[in-house]
Amino acid sequence: MTNTSQINVEKRGKTEALLKVKDISLSFTQYASGLRQTDLKVISNLSMEAYSGEILAVVGSSGSGKSLLAHAILGILPSNAKLSGAMEYDGHDLTQKKKEELRGKDIVLIPQSTTYLDPLMRISSQIIGSVDAKNADSRMKLQREIFRKYDLKPEVERMFPHELSGGMLRRVLVSTAVMRSSKIVIADEPTPGLDENNLNETLSYFKDMANRGYAVILITHDIEAALKISDKIAIFYAGTILEIANTDDFTGEGEKLRHPYTRALWNALPQNKFRAIKGHQPMQDEVLEGCFFYERCSTRNEVCSKCVPDLKICNGGMVRCNNVS
Amino acid sequence: MSTTVVTVNRGLFNGFNLRQKTILLISCLSMLLISIVVSSTFIDDSALSTDFGSKNLAPSLEHPFGTDWMGRDMFIRTLGGLGLSIVIGALASSISTVLSVILGLLSSIGKIEDSIVSWLVDLFLSIPHLLLIILISIGLGGGATGVIIAVALTHWTSLTRVVRAEIKQIKTQEYIHISRNFGRSRWWIAKNHILPHLVPQFVLGTIVMFPHAILHEASVTFLGFGLSPHQPAIGIILSESMKYLSAGYWWLAFFPGLSLLIVILAFDLIGENIGKILDPKRAHE
Amino acid sequence: MNYRKLGIFMGKKTIKLVFLLIVVCIASFWIVEQSPIDPVRAYIGEMSIQPEQKAKLEEYWGVNTPAHEKFLNWAENILKGDLGTSLIYRMPVTDVVKERFAASLLLMASSWLLSGVLGFILGIVAGMTNGTLIDKAIKVYCYILLAAPTFWLALIFLLIFAVNLGWFPVGLSVPIGVASEDVTFFDRIHHLILPTITLSLLGVASIAMFTREKLIEVMSSDYVLFAKARGEKGFDLVKRHGIRNVALPAITLQFLGFSELFGGAVLVEQVFSYPGIGQAAVAAGLRSDVPLLLAIVIVSAVFVYSGNLIADIIYEFVDPRIKQQEMKT
Repeated sequence: MTNTSQINVEKRGKTEALLKVKDISLSFTQYASGLRQTDLKVISNLSMEAYSGEILAVVGSSGSGKSLLAHAILGILPSNAKLSGAMEYDGHDLTQKKKEELRGKDIVLIPQSTTYLDPLMRISSQIIGSVDAKNADSRMKLQREIFRKYDLKPEVERMFPHELSGGMLRRVLVSTAVMRSSKIVIADEPTPGLDENNLNETLSYFKDMANRGYAVILITHDIEAALKISDKIAIFYAGTILEIANTDDFTGEGEKLRHPYTRALWNALPQNKFRAIKGHQPMQDEVLEGCFFYERCSTRNEVCSKCVPDLKICNGGMVRCNNVS
Repeated sequence: MSTTVVTVNRGLFNGFNLRQKTILLISCLSMLLISIVVSSTFIDDSALSTDFGSKNLAPSLEHPFGTDWMGRDMFIRTLGGLGLSIVIGALASSISTVLSVILGLLSSIGKIEDSIVSWLVDLFLSIPHLLLIILISIGLGGGATGVIIAVALTHWTSLTRVVRAEIKQIKTQEYIHISRNFGRSRWWIAKNHILPHLVPQFVLGTIVMFPHAILHEASVTFLGFGLSPHQPAIGIILSESMKYLSAGYWWLAFFPGLSLLIVILAFDLIGENIGKILDPKRAHE
Repeated sequence: MNYRKLGIFMGKKTIKLVFLLIVVCIASFWIVEQSPIDPVRAYIGEMSIQPEQKAKLEEYWGVNTPAHEKFLNWAENILKGDLGTSLIYRMPVTDVVKERFAASLLLMASSWLLSGVLGFILGIVAGMTNGTLIDKAIKVYCYILLAAPTFWLALIFLLIFAVNLGWFPVGLSVPIGVASEDVTFFDRIHHLILPTITLSLLGVASIAMFTREKLIEVMSSDYVLFAKARGEKGFDLVKRHGIRNVALPAITLQFLGFSELFGGAVLVEQVFSYPGIGQAAVAAGLRSDVPLLLAIVIVSAVFVYSGNLIADIIYEFVDPRIKQQEMKT
């Protein structure tokens, strides 16, 4: 990998976030049995920031709407979705129009599975994308270069998605992201069910991207994997982010962690106390008045059940909890 | 920010939600169809008596659909034909539904039964539908009975397929296994656990079958099989009108066919909207 | 393409076809056997006839032979390639079927192509403009076409274009009173246009609705989502991913529609007096020409089967996804 794909990724000062997500909420209008209309709230008052050269991991359990966060940033939500709040990219408002301009160029997505590749299109056409004849050659050269870097044999480019092995697929998906000289990479659950070696290999790709100046947003349910490479961890729960902590806050029994849920997650890991917390996340159609974690919290009080706690800055991180000052 | 407005309360009936609009639409269309059937039974013979004084009249206020070569009012003939078509359609699709219930449940009993049923479906689909109806109605000696039975005997295939697929899905459920472990017979399970789940499918299946049955009945009648020339069937009316096309009596063909189209469309829309209520995923479009 | 696998596949399909045809023969023979049709009466029509002549004819048509014997005779002749003599055309059934089916094939093939192309384009346009006025207009158009009786549409077309405007002849595949060697290519086309358009209308609606739904489904799939995320958009996105993924299922569906095509041809041929196999089937049915009717039933079964077979081949051998699954197992 020499020049083309890593140019223009200059190291930015860490003072200003490249992407700011401010208080976004996302809901879907649905029809239930008998055509009764319901609103399904998937994301509520979520805020976060991504910096160049850093990896931000968004950690939450599977099926909790994390992918939709990625789709919201890219502006590829389905038509029955309602999104409110604001986003900022590089100091400018990130409107839907802007998203359409930037996606695939400045902001790229690494999806989670083979269903995200067109089953009837050969790999190279999908990686190169739709280009006119003038640029086709240079793109083709770039793609071959990237394939070499990720150890993909030349014949892979003539294959169809279903012919790829799991390992090849992951590297192909990563390749799509580095084809363009992007600034933000959003990786949606890139490490499902991998063994130790493959996991480390995949994670190293992201570490490498961050080192080259990308802002990497790693969406995952695997907190251990996230801790290995991330700079910051955002804890996603019931459609919002409860805490954004630095990776080195995760030590000991979690004394440095700000939110009881984060602490519980940390202590549930096998190498720590291996102690799971009781209960489950609230359902998406439940209407919650107070703190989303109220039902399962060990330090709750009366205020917690009445209103959603504000997001507060605390010890270099952020937290949504009443018991932290 | 991407805020997509959901277009639920726009359009013709402002202020109603989709559910209310759907139910309203279904009721209006059903009323239309019921009134056609009811009023067709009140037609007395005097209204259809020959009156050569007023033959071959173009549509007017007095005769909205015009009159034919015997001076009969085409509106009343059409109404009678539609009523007959709907009744025949109802008869044929109920028989077909019963057949698909039986065959569907039969296929749930065991592997051999299932392959017999699917083989039967394939056999019936191997000959063009219209030709099969003609063949069966000839075998039955023709006439109105021949056509009704032929139409009834050939429309069960698609519903049977739906029922088979549905049953396959239900059978994977836990309680079926538990029931088997309690020693219930396969037929008992089919009757008590599977049948109740299928009722909505049957209702929808019958309604969806209606337009097909009516269209096939009209087609076969038009070709000259089945109903006798004295009955006021739409197929007969249209087949008669062919003789007068060159003479420029366009209303003889236009209005009866258009009315049949509207009836078919009404059934299609009812079926589709009931489908939406039963399966809300389809409403998102 | 894997030729050995294709060979095995075709072998299995041929055995299936033979078995199907045997069953169709037995079943349809049994059905017409139930009918109170008198072949002698059908042959002589309203003429009066001497009793001894009648007995002769009865013997010839096997009126008094038991059904199973009659069937065996008939089946034996079929195996020899003799489908019997048509009662109404007074010539070998094989010749009637050959001539009629060729004419029908021309009509069905042209309207099949027309409806496929037109329907696919309409479906893509509707799917791309999903929810807009254009989409709604196409949807309403398709609903109406699907609900319209084919023979009525044929009548209305005849009324407008042949009777009122006089653009097309009222019937037949060739001009009346012209010797068959004098019929020009243009004459044939001229007589074919109106029936073709009428017959294609029904097919347009079903293929357009299918293509529309399928395109909407594809456009909301994960891979189109990811293509959008990579910056693809507009018609280019539809062309690269939408049409690519819709085309194969749509073509398959078009082949599965042979049965409806045949049924439609019966009605359209009747209205336009087009001398095809559908018209022959109606005549055979109305005038109790049992040998001809049975032959047409068999031919139509082969026709429908070949459509399904082509659809199966596309599904098994052309779609790259299927090939892979077979290789894995």
